[in-house]
Amino acid sequence: MTRLLTAVTALSLGLSGAAIAQDYSGQLKARQGQFRILAINLGTLGDMAQGKTEYDAEAAQAAADSLVAVSMIHQGPLWPEGSSEMDMDGTRAKAEIWDDWEDFGSKWSALGEAATAMQTAAAGGAEAIGPAMGALGGACKACHDSYRAPRN
Amino acid sequence: MRKAIGIVVLAAIAAAGAGWVLTAPKRLPEARFTGMTGDPAAGERVFTAAGCASCHHAPDASGEDKLVLSGGQRFASDYGTFVAPNISPDPENGIGDWGLADFANAVMRGVSPSGQHLYPAFPYTAYAHMRDKDVVDLWAYLLTLPASETPSPPHEVGFPFNIRRGVGAWKLLYMSDDWVMSDVPDAQLERGRYLVEALAHCGECHTPRDGLGGLDTSAWLTGAPNPNGRGSIPGLTPDRLDWDAGSIAYYLESGFTPDYDSAGGHMVAVVENFAKLDPADREAVAAYLKALPAGGAMD
Repeated sequence: MTRLLTAVTALSLGLSGAAIAQDYSGQLKARQGQFRILAINLGTLGDMAQGKTEYDAEAAQAAADSLVAVSMIHQGPLWPEGSSEMDMDGTRAKAEIWDDWEDFGSKWSALGEAATAMQTAAAGGAEAIGPAMGALGGACKACHDSYRAPRN
Repeated sequence: MRKAIGIVVLAAIAAAGAGWVLTAPKRLPEARFTGMTGDPAAGERVFTAAGCASCHHAPDASGEDKLVLSGGQRFASDYGTFVAPNISPDPENGIGDWGLADFANAVMRGVSPSGQHLYPAFPYTAYAHMRDKDVVDLWAYLLTLPASETPSPPHEVGFPFNIRRGVGAWKLLYMSDDWVMSDVPDAQLERGRYLVEALAHCGECHTPRDGLGGLDTSAWLTGAPNPNGRGSIPGLTPDRLDWDAGSIAYYLESGFTPDYDSAGGHMVAVVENFAKLDPADREAVAAYLKALPAGGAMD
């Protein structure tokens, strides 16, 4: 009897373990991909702001448009519960994201506002891009400060 | 035989006495700051560069509330958890009843007005290099900030680290008037050294510590484990950080790395401060970092 109980307990533990360890590698690729798109377009704009590349109105506008486009992606489906750094490898997403999902969402919205401001600034030359980059940097940092774990 | 024992006992008493004297809190000469008046506007720049608010604002404060220095942020370490105190101008719970000399002793010597050693979680080993005028200006500025009535919670530090005299012995080992980078050939490097080694106290996180928690200056700014136990803090010497000077200055202004990743963790607060300083200050820090020797040993 005892042995049977043990077997049943072990089985149920094994099953619940399997239920937790879902495969969220697709979601992980998607969210890291969107950040990569942001970084590439921020690079276009930031290099112009710093004078590393010459100001190009068309390229600046395209980059700003892409930032806005990414910021419009709804984040819910990309961040299922159970996909934090505590649950899986390859992510630095802190569990605090799900403790305060609303705040996480408002920080994503702040990125959208900064990206929209860049859409206007991009037409105004390197001098206008500089401060708009500062605002975008502020949006990135605000979220990373709370919700991204340090690199190991 | 009895004579020999007597000598040993006498020697022990003398050693203990010498130790007691050596580990006593040392105040600055009383006259050092008399007649000096502070300029709050200049003090604001010192305040920003020294990052006072980053540790002393309330946990989770944002925007203007970061200027309310009510304390309460917790700093875990191998020696216990230090809790930043209230340093707002409230006379009861802050430091509003201090005098200028009290403030200077706390900042530059790690000694409280009651003559107690302060824990070196407060980076006075760096602030010891502050110019007198900057200390006076900083005090003038701090007094213009809003008062907070939040009491300072006690540090959570166990035996033996709760014996404050031990901090006196620690200071004998680790407090120095010498700069780590002894030669600075031009004004920009001198400014960079002042910002990095004194005000911004970069070494506190970016330099490894030895077994007693003192900075290992032979591995200056070569990176260290994160004191909160998670991950590591990157090295800044040219062999470890290959960014050009312009990229370092831009990172301190915007928080963007050369590949447009962004700062995280405590560096967010540091970048927020540096963004408010003059571009020349960020360039000076970059110049200092580029002048560091690979591996961090100065000689």
